[in-house]
Formats: sequence, C-alpha cells, structure tokens
Amino acid sequence: MALKMVKGSIDRMFDKNLQDLVRGIRNHKEDEAKYISQCIDEIKQELKQDNIAVKANAVCKLTYLQMLGYDISWAAFNIIEVMSASKFTFKRIGYLAASQCFHEGTDVIMLTTNQIRKDLSSPNQYDTGVALTGLSCFVTPDLARDLANDIMTLMSHTKPYIRKKAVLIMYKVFLKYPESLRPAFPRLKEKLEDPDPGVQSAAVNVICELARRNPKNYLSLAPLFFKLMTSSTNNWVLIKIIKLASILHFVYRIRFGALTPLEPRLGKKLIEPLTNLIHSTSAMSLLYECVNTVIAVLISLSSGMPNHSASIQLCVQKLRILIEDSDQNLKYLGLLAMSKILKTHPKSVQSHKDLILQCLDDKDESIRLRALDLLYGMVSKKNLMEIVKKLMIHVDKAEGTTYRDELLTKIIDICSQSNYQYITNFEWYISILVELTRLEGTRHGHLIAAQMLDVAIRVKAIRKFAVSQMAMLLDNAHLIASNTQRNGICEVLYAAAWICGEFSEHLEEANQTLEAMLRPKVTTLPGHIQAVYVQNMVKLYASILQQKEQAGEKEAAQEITQLMIERLPQFVQSADLEVQERASCILQLIKYIQKLQVKEVPVAEEVIALFAGELNPVAPKAQKKVPVPEGLDLDAWINEPPSDSESEDEKPKTIFHEEEQRHSRHRQPEIDEEELARRREARKQEQANNPFYIKSSPSPQKRYQDTPGVEHIPVVQIDLSVPLKVPGMPMSDQYVKLEEERRHKQKLEKDKKKKKQKKEKRGKHHRHNSLHTESEEDIAPAHHVDIITEEMPENALPSDEDDKDPNDPYKALDIDLDKPLADSEKLPVQRHRNVETLKSPDSEVPLVEKKSKKPKKKEKKHKDKERDKGKKKEKEKKVVEEEEEEEKKGEDLDFWLSTAPPTAPTPQPQKSSKHKKKKHKKEKEEKSKDKKKSKKKSHHSEEEPPESVQNGTLEDEPLPPMSSYRLLAENPYIKMTYDIQGNLQNDSQVTVSVIFENKSTSFLKSMELNVLDSLNTKMLRPEGSSVHDGIPVPFQLPPGISNEAQFVFTLQSIVMAQKLKGTLSFIVKNDEGSTHEKLDFKLHFSCASYLITTPCYSDAFAKLLESGDLHMSSIKVDGISISFQHLLAKICFHHHFSVVERVDSCASMYSRSIQGHHVCLLVKKGENSVSIDGKCNDSTLLSNLLDEMKETLSKC
Amino acid sequence: MIKAILIFNNHGKPRLSKFYQRYSEDTQQQIIRETFHLVSKRDENVCNFLEGGLLIGGSDNKLIYRHYATLYFVFCVDSSESELGILDLIQVFVETLDKCFENVCELDLIFHVDKVHNILAEMVMGGMVLETNMNEIVTQIDAQNKLEKSEAGLAGAPARAVSAVKNMNLPEIPRNINIGDISIKVPNLPTFK
Repeated sequence: MALKMVKGSIDRMFDKNLQDLVRGIRNHKEDEAKYISQCIDEIKQELKQDNIAVKANAVCKLTYLQMLGYDISWAAFNIIEVMSASKFTFKRIGYLAASQCFHEGTDVIMLTTNQIRKDLSSPNQYDTGVALTGLSCFVTPDLARDLANDIMTLMSHTKPYIRKKAVLIMYKVFLKYPESLRPAFPRLKEKLEDPDPGVQSAAVNVICELARRNPKNYLSLAPLFFKLMTSSTNNWVLIKIIKLASILHFVYRIRFGALTPLEPRLGKKLIEPLTNLIHSTSAMSLLYECVNTVIAVLISLSSGMPNHSASIQLCVQKLRILIEDSDQNLKYLGLLAMSKILKTHPKSVQSHKDLILQCLDDKDESIRLRALDLLYGMVSKKNLMEIVKKLMIHVDKAEGTTYRDELLTKIIDICSQSNYQYITNFEWYISILVELTRLEGTRHGHLIAAQMLDVAIRVKAIRKFAVSQMAMLLDNAHLIASNTQRNGICEVLYAAAWICGEFSEHLEEANQTLEAMLRPKVTTLPGHIQAVYVQNMVKLYASILQQKEQAGEKEAAQEITQLMIERLPQFVQSADLEVQERASCILQLIKYIQKLQVKEVPVAEEVIALFAGELNPVAPKAQKKVPVPEGLDLDAWINEPPSDSESEDEKPKTIFHEEEQRHSRHRQPEIDEEELARRREARKQEQANNPFYIKSSPSPQKRYQDTPGVEHIPVVQIDLSVPLKVPGMPMSDQYVKLEEERRHKQKLEKDKKKKKQKKEKRGKHHRHNSLHTESEEDIAPAHHVDIITEEMPENALPSDEDDKDPNDPYKALDIDLDKPLADSEKLPVQRHRNVETLKSPDSEVPLVEKKSKKPKKKEKKHKDKERDKGKKKEKEKKVVEEEEEEEKKGEDLDFWLSTAPPTAPTPQPQKSSKHKKKKHKKEKEEKSKDKKKSKKKSHHSEEEPPESVQNGTLEDEPLPPMSSYRLLAENPYIKMTYDIQGNLQNDSQVTVSVIFENKSTSFLKSMELNVLDSLNTKMLRPEGSSVHDGIPVPFQLPPGISNEAQFVFTLQSIVMAQKLKGTLSFIVKNDEGSTHEKLDFKLHFSCASYLITTPCYSDAFAKLLESGDLHMSSIKVDGISISFQHLLAKICFHHHFSVVERVDSCASMYSRSIQGHHVCLLVKKGENSVSIDGKCNDSTLLSNLLDEMKETLSKC
Repeated sequence: MIKAILIFNNHGKPRLSKFYQRYSEDTQQQIIRETFHLVSKRDENVCNFLEGGLLIGGSDNKLIYRHYATLYFVFCVDSSESELGILDLIQVFVETLDKCFENVCELDLIFHVDKVHNILAEMVMGGMVLETNMNEIVTQIDAQNKLEKSEAGLAGAPARAVSAVKNMNLPEIPRNINIGDISIKVPNLPTFK
C-alpha cells in the first residue's frame, strides 16, 4: 500500500501540471485547439484515477481551460470529489473550479450540500473560508435554504475572517431564499457595530445592496448609519454609507412628501457631517461621493429652504471645476454628477451649455456619451434646433458605429421626449429623420422608422408633408437599400411605404410612387418590408383608381390596373410566405377588378372601401388595461380540454414575422360613406387653412385661389427656397433658418403689441427686456400641432405597477424588516425527524409537518409551495400595512431627528393620533381577516416597535404604547401573555395567542398547556385525544427567548364573559439537571374578544339604528382626563370598535360579534366625564360590554 | 455589485476571468473579446470609465479599468459601486499581486492563474468587496500558503524539484518583464489604507 502511494507520487511528478499545460499551449500556437483536445483527453484519464492529488491537478488544469472558453461542466462530479478532499490544497482547487463553472442548472450541485455544511463547520478557518467563497459564486435556492442556518451561525464566529465572509454571503442567500431575510436581519444589523472593521464593512456592503433595491424598508437604520458616518474611519465603508444616505434621504422625501417639517432637519443633519468629511478627507473618491450626496440632499431640499438655489449653484460651480480639470476621470465624474442635478434643476445646468457642448468634442468617448446624456435634459423649445444641428454635425464626423448609433438614438430621444414637447416645427423634425436615413450601417433603422410612423400618425397636420417626403424616400429607395444584407436603415422603407399607402390621399403623384414601389429591385428587400409594400401599393392603387374614375379617365384607370397585373407576379414568386400570400390574394382581386373595368362597371368606391376608416394610435399598455369583464374566467376551458396527443399536433407555429402581426390594422368596420366623406372634407379644410402645406404642392397658386384669406399669411414667399424634390440634400438647416425668421417675426409682432400696450399704460417704469431674454413659453409652434393622444380602453384600470418586472429577483426581497419575528419564520434547521408527532390546533401546521415525513422530494415541493404562499401573504399584508409602517417610521425618525430634549408633555397633535387610530383599526381588521391563514401575523399587535427602543428616544411617543396582550400568569421561569381574537369564518371559535417568555437562564422544554373546559367553552384538541389531555407547545425556549403559540377554543354562547382555569407544565433544564414545573393560570374571555372590528358607513349605521330591533343601554364614567382621540383610540383598540363618524367631542362607533350581533355606540365627552349609549341585538351582551368598557375607561 | 473582473493582455489574451453572474463559456469569451475591443482602442490619457458594454448587462453597468504595461485590469460594476473607489481597489489588487509574487510580471499571471484567483478571492467575494486592506490580504494569503506547504510535506519536495528542472529546461522564459510602473496613479487619488 505504502509502496503504491510512493509510486503514485513519483508518477505524479511527471504528470503535466498547470504550468506544463500553459507552456504547452504557448508552444503549440499553430494547432492550439488540437493540442488542447489532446490535453483534455489526458485530463479525462487522470480523472479516472483514484489518487486525489492527480484528480486535483486535472481539475486545476480544467479551470484554466475554462478561462479559455472550454466547457468543463462534464467534469462537475470530479470537481465535487476534489472539493471533498481532506487537504486544504485540493479543496481550494475544487472550490475554485466549482465557482467558475457551477450554476443553478448544474444537476450534481445538490450533492454538495452536505460537503459544504461539513466544511462550514470545519475547525480550520481556511476550509470554512474557501467554502464560503465558493458558495458565494454558485449558491442556488436549494443550497441557500439548506445552508442559511449554518451561515447565520457563522456570522457570530469567533474569527473575524469567517465573520466577514459569512456576513457578505448572506446577501446571496437572501437573493436566492428571501424568507431568510427577516430571521437573519437582526444579526446582520448587529454586525454593523462589529468591533472588526472588515466585518463592519461587509455588513454595510450587504445592507447597502439590500437598501438599494428596496430602500423604504431600511429607513429605520438611518440613525445607525448616521452614527457610523460620524465615527467610521474606513473610507470604503464611508463611501458606501454616503451612497446609501443619499438613497435613503431620497426615499424619505418621497415617502413623507416635501411638506413635512422633519425634512429639512434630516437634510441638515446629513449635510453637516458631509461637509466635515469634505474638509477632512484626502481621498478624492470619498470627496466626490460626499459632494454627490450633498447635491442629492440639496436637490431634495427644494422646498422650505430659501437659499438652496444658491447652494445648488455652488455645487454646479464646483462640478464645473471638476469638468474643466485635466484629469479625465474627474471630468467624467463631474459630468455624471451634473446629470443628477439636471433632473431637478435643469436651469442651473443649462447655463453651462457651452462647457457641455465642448465636451462633445472630447476625444474620450465616455465623456462624450456623458455629455450627450446631459444634453437630453438641457433642450428647450428655444435651443432644440441648435443642439440637434450640432449633433448632426457630430453624426457626420463620428467614426465608429457605436458612437454614431448612440448619437442617433440620442437625437431621437431628445426630439421625442415628453411627447415631442420641444418640437415647434414638425417639418423640421421629419427632414431630420430623412437626413438620418443617409447613415449607412446603423442598427437603428427601425427607430427612425418608428419615429416616422409615430409622427405621421399622431400629428395630423404634418401628414401631407410627411407623405411627400416618404414618397421621395421610396423613389430613392435604391440609395438606401444598396446593400440590404447588412443595412438596418432599409427599415425606414417599411415606414415610408406604410405612410404613403395609408395617407395616399395626400400624395401628389401617386402614379410615380406606385411605380417606385413596383420596381423589381424591391424584391431584394427583407420579407417583412416587401409585405408592407404589397399591402400598401393596393391602398395607393385604390386611391388612384378613385381619382381616375372621378375624373372620368377610364383608360388611365385600366392602365394602372394593367400595371399592377404585370408587376405583381414578381411578389407572388417571393420566398417569403407573407409576401407571397398577400401578393397572390391581391393579384386575384385586381384581376377581378379588371374584369369589371372591362364591363365598364365603376369599382373605385368598393375598392377604396377595403381600406376605409380612421386609424387611431393606441397606447402600448392599452391591451393590458382592459378590465376583465365580470364573470369571465380566462383560464377556464371553453370546450372540453383536448387529449395530450392531440394538442401536440395543433400547437400553433409562428410562421409570420412578428412585425406584421404588430401592425395589423385596427379598423372600425361600420363607417358609412357619408361619414367618411364628411371626415375627409373636414380634414381637407383643416389642411387648406394651413399655409405650411403649400410647400410641397406643385401648383401652390391654385390652392390659394380656392382658399380665401390665406394670402395674408406672410410665409408664402419662403416656399420657393425649399428644394424639396432634391434627394439627399440636407434640408433641416433651412428649417432652422425658417424657424428663426418665423420666431423673429412673431417677436416683432409681439413687440409691436407690447409697445402698443405700453403706450396705453404710460405710468409703468418697469421695462421688459423681452428682446434678449425670450422665454421659451413665448415661442409658439409653427402651426397648430394636434398631437393625438394615445387611446386607452374605457374604464382602463389605473395602475402604477405597469413597469415593474415580475421576474425581478430583487422584488422578493421587498420584505418588511421592522415587524417582530414570528416563530414560523425560523430558518430551516437540519434535524432528525422524530419530534413532529404533536398536533397543533392551528389549521396549517399539522399539514406541513405531516408532509415533512414523506420522502424528500415531496417535502421540497411543498416547501416551495409554502414559500409561494408566504410571498402572497407578505404581499397582502404589505398593502394594508403600508400606511401604518410609514407612520411608525416617521415617528422613529422624528425621535432621532429631534435634537432638543423632549419638552414637557405636549398636547397631542391631532393628526398623528388620528393616524394612530386608523392604524389600530386597520391592524385589527386585518388581524381578524387573516387570522386563519397567518400565524406569523398575530404578533404585530404588540404595539411597541422594537426599533424605537433601540433609538433610546421613546420619551415623546405620541400615544402610549398599547398592547392587547394581557398577562396570563408569571413565575420566576416563565411569563405568559395572551390575546384573544374572534374568528370571522367560524362563528363559534376564537383564537388565543399566548406568548411564552423564558425569564430564567435555563432551557425550557416539553411545555404542555391544558385547560379545564366549561360547558360553554372548550379548547379544540386534536382528534382522538381526551378532554383531559394538554396540548404540547410546538417549541422549546432557550434562555431569554420568547415565542408565541396559538390555541383555538370553541364556544356556545358569547353574550357573557368567561373564565377558564388552566395549567402549563414544563421541564426546566439547566446544568444541574432538569426539574418539572407547573404554572396555573386563569384565561379570561372578555366579551370584547368576541367582537371583530368591522368598518361601517354612516348611512348603513343610521339604518341600523332606525330598524328598532336593538336593545339599548348606557353608562357614564366620571373623572376622565385623557383627550377624546385618545379615548376613542382606546375603545377601538381594546374593544375592537371602529369609528363611524365623529363630530367634535361626540362619536358613533360600530362593531360586530363573531355571531353577527351588531353593536352600536354613541360616545360623548363632557368636561370630565364620558357617557356611552349602546345599542345591540342582545341586551346581555351589551350590558357586559359596557361594563368592560367602564372598567377600561376608569383606569384612564 | 461587481459583475465581472477580467484581466487580459494587450492582445486580448485572457489572463484571468471571474464572472459573478452566470454566463455560458461562449458568452464569457464574447464578453472578454468585446471588452478588450472597447478598452484597447482607448488612448492612454482618457478617463478610466467606460459605458456601453453590450453583453454584460444593461445601462446600469460600467467598465472601470486600468492599464499596466502589458495588462488590462477591468472591473465591470453597477451603480452601487463608487467609480474612484473601484479604481483604488484595482490599485490595491495590483499592489497585492506585486507583493505576493515579488515584482509581478505578466508571466506570473500566465503560469499561476490559480494563485491570482486565490488572492482575488480574499478581496472580492461573490461580487462584493470583502477586504481593501492590503496587509490583511497578504497575511491571509501567506497563512494559506503556509498551510498548503505543510500539507505537501515531504511528498511535495520532489514535485517542486521536478518543476524547477522543468523550468530550467526553458531558459527562454524571461523573468524581467515587469508589469510596469504600478505606482502610476490617477492624480489626486490617494489609495485606501
């Protein structure tokens, strides 16, 4: 054996190691691939050997080959073998290979779970470290779930080296297994204050990543981060915190609105340490981030601080210095920061237009791109043309398609932003688009095409001009489509053909355009463009036909039909299915028309009817927003579901190009001719009244004659200067000139008017300098631009969530972290499955546990399901709690922000208490609603938000913390508090939630709770157990830990309060041994616990009172000193009522019992007393309730 | 988050590739090629930030790179990372390599890519910065090397000897192609300490 080993190690010496492999590859430059495949064969041999060292060597070589692009996933199993080697040297090789090539799809990855767990708990810190590092690269949801608990333990490892790695990897675990976030978060928070700076930095890193995605959940950490910001010396940590600060601040502002008085305080609080840092730090990176955050803060302080614009100006000035710096990095970052200011203060950046335009000439592409970004926000009606002109020059000069494409998209972005807000002259824009078609080799032909279509459809006034331009494009199609294969620009022909066809009534020389579309060259275009050609040439044909028929030129009409019949066959032969189908269909149609024409039947009207109807733009989200009609179940089968074999054959296949599907026309089929004629007439009228249309007309004078009054319009003389028919000639410049002239004229006119006005009002000394500072509002668009808004379906559902990607992995991490943990939220711990015999009364738990005994696969499935459920629940909760949370956080931050010591008891601000009340109400409602499903939830009725304690500034909490949890029993070992909630779904059940708190230093286990049932009230025990059996508490309690369990009771009558005697038995285990202990208690079911907070509208309430079948009773309590809001809040909270209406110091309230009794209250507050009148179906219940209320109130 | 870390030479030959997001091997090679293409055509005195890598995720991402003699060190990061901070991190990385390899040159990276990976693993983990303090990194690396040596024990000695012999057979390996002046720093940019 020993001999074998020695032999093995000697053999090994002559194996190829990594260095040999690299050397070999370098020596085989000519036949590298061949050499490597040889090496891979050798490696395969080596992997077959038993010697782990040989295997490790082979895997090491594979890792190198992976870098060169070779797939090594076939060796995944061998990699796992090497990972499980006992020696660190090999283990490291294995984990490195795994981290390079394992991913979620690697099937053997689940085999690693136990190995990784073993390594994580290895006594050698480097084994643990290497496992953590590897895992961080290939963690899967399964691994995350199974190992979360182990990693969490490592977060408190003695060695900081392990701690920091464990903390960092938690982020990956959260991503893959979001349920782990809440249980792990407290410890993560703890690590923010770890003594080791590395661990601290890791924790900051993780929280920053988390907060970046869902910042609102991390607002409560602001005080802690603030502390770190002032105390930390690690630049890396500081940068991260400062970045986070600006995010949090931003979110804070959005959440609480700019009106909150808190806000400037937060800003000031941030700015002070930041400016200190700016002064003290020597690291440019930190300095830059500080400046950045100061900007962010200043931006958000837009209200309430009078001098903020000066500060912004100052920042802009500083950034200007950065931008002017010779260091390109600073220049780049300066521009980057500038773009942040731009979003809110465009004016202050606009004054640096010169500098930014100058950056467009920079040799550095990154800087040019940044400058381009800035331009986007700097355009106004006034300077748009100028800026675009400059960009067009750059387009011509630009080398490299990427930058040129970027320029192109930017031009389009700039022009089309906010619904073409800045475009005053659409003719100019169309000509810019046409000019852009001269770009060769751009990938963005479709973008230009989309713009052309959009403008032509939505700006009615421009259609005529657009059509003339498009006709020109079609005429010169050979220039554009010269090398179709690589040329994305030919996409514009798609738009051109469509526009010419659709708006063919505007076409001057339809014949010529039709001719152009029928050229043989067209057949070389891509299929989807040809298809559009074919379809639109029929539209053209139809309009020509009508024209000719109306003019009585029968021969010309026949000629055009003949032309179509001659040329269409070239499309019928097309290889593209869509083209072929359309062409042959249309060919037959036209042949038929020809027959009719021969018989001298007028056909034009019928042909044109094929394409009748207005086309309206439809909003891209319109389809999604159509509300589903009631009673329509889209998932239900309409017919019997087909059998499997059938469905296979019938699977629809996408044969046609997507583009064609997209452009299927939405038509209103029933529009009679009259209506059409009327519309057409109206449109003509509209266009005739617009002088800008005249330019493209070959005989403008004619038109003038039949439109009286147009002659006065001064623009007429210009139209000679626009050579529209010259292909390839840049025209946009002329439009710029025209536009300038036009504006000048406008200005002059305005000035004239103003002068007149001034003359009239002589007394005014103030003079407008309007000649030089023309504000952009003054610029009127060249013609009446009627941008049609996109159509939405009727009763479209408004929603903001349109843009959210449902597959966003970070969405799952949007979890509220401030709620206390519930016991169901523990991380799964690996343990033996023998303890699960108990049956909890809770409806869900036994189900889960029963399943968990089944084979592993099923368990997994179920867990997944459970996870989904959890997510759903989480979401539901979220909706209801959103507001509530907001309040809570606001208050917390308020404590932290109030630097002054808390003043003497201030009178309750009305608003906040009202909110609070709402909160209670909501909480209750929700509780009763969700009771059945959610075990986790019951916990949060515990009022004290944990973080307010941590802040240590509880003093001015607006309402005293109210907890519905009452003490049940207590001894030196354990304390029990409980709360009772009615169950809406079951009229004879209530749920008792008991919190067990271990007060001792010993371990408490085998807890069992039993009560003595009364005739009326019984504890719900698992089937088969006798009435004397207790119910085991489904957990054990380590020292100092508390946890909650729920028990269900059934009741007959609910009109009276009840008391049940009970006992808790448990075993106390400590170093000295274990003792059996008992604790007796009395469970008090008050009448209020049978009530469920139910909202009621005042009209329903009034009806209820009028109905007359309610019994009445009243009480009066003296010596009440608390405020009325406070009082109402108490009744709402402790007695489960909701306020229906409130007038001054009088309020009506409502609640409902689980058995459907209505309870109405009228609460009046006098000087020192409160009187409550109550009405209820049951007089006993009412009097009992009022007695309870009296007791509550007398405590105040 | 750091999305990827790439090291390649002036000819685009990869010397290290570490992706913190899953890409297929082909895509990885494409990314390396594309990145090289983007970075290599840039002048020496332009800024070290670059946008517009098409393959490696969206508009949020940025390439931050440094060029030392024959090698490009490229980090692809998203907006949660500080640009200047990452530049400093690259500097720390190179200085650490210099310390661990004693005057690092491209050949060290070529023949010991596994070691480079190990060093990197002490700095960046799963795309997040783990440690920025060079001394701490070097300490951990040394400790691991010691552990490795102790594991190799006697059996390691002959292997090392053979390896030395093999190296002797190739006298053409130039040892003095230094990675260049690693002290070129971006002006105004003191490193993290």
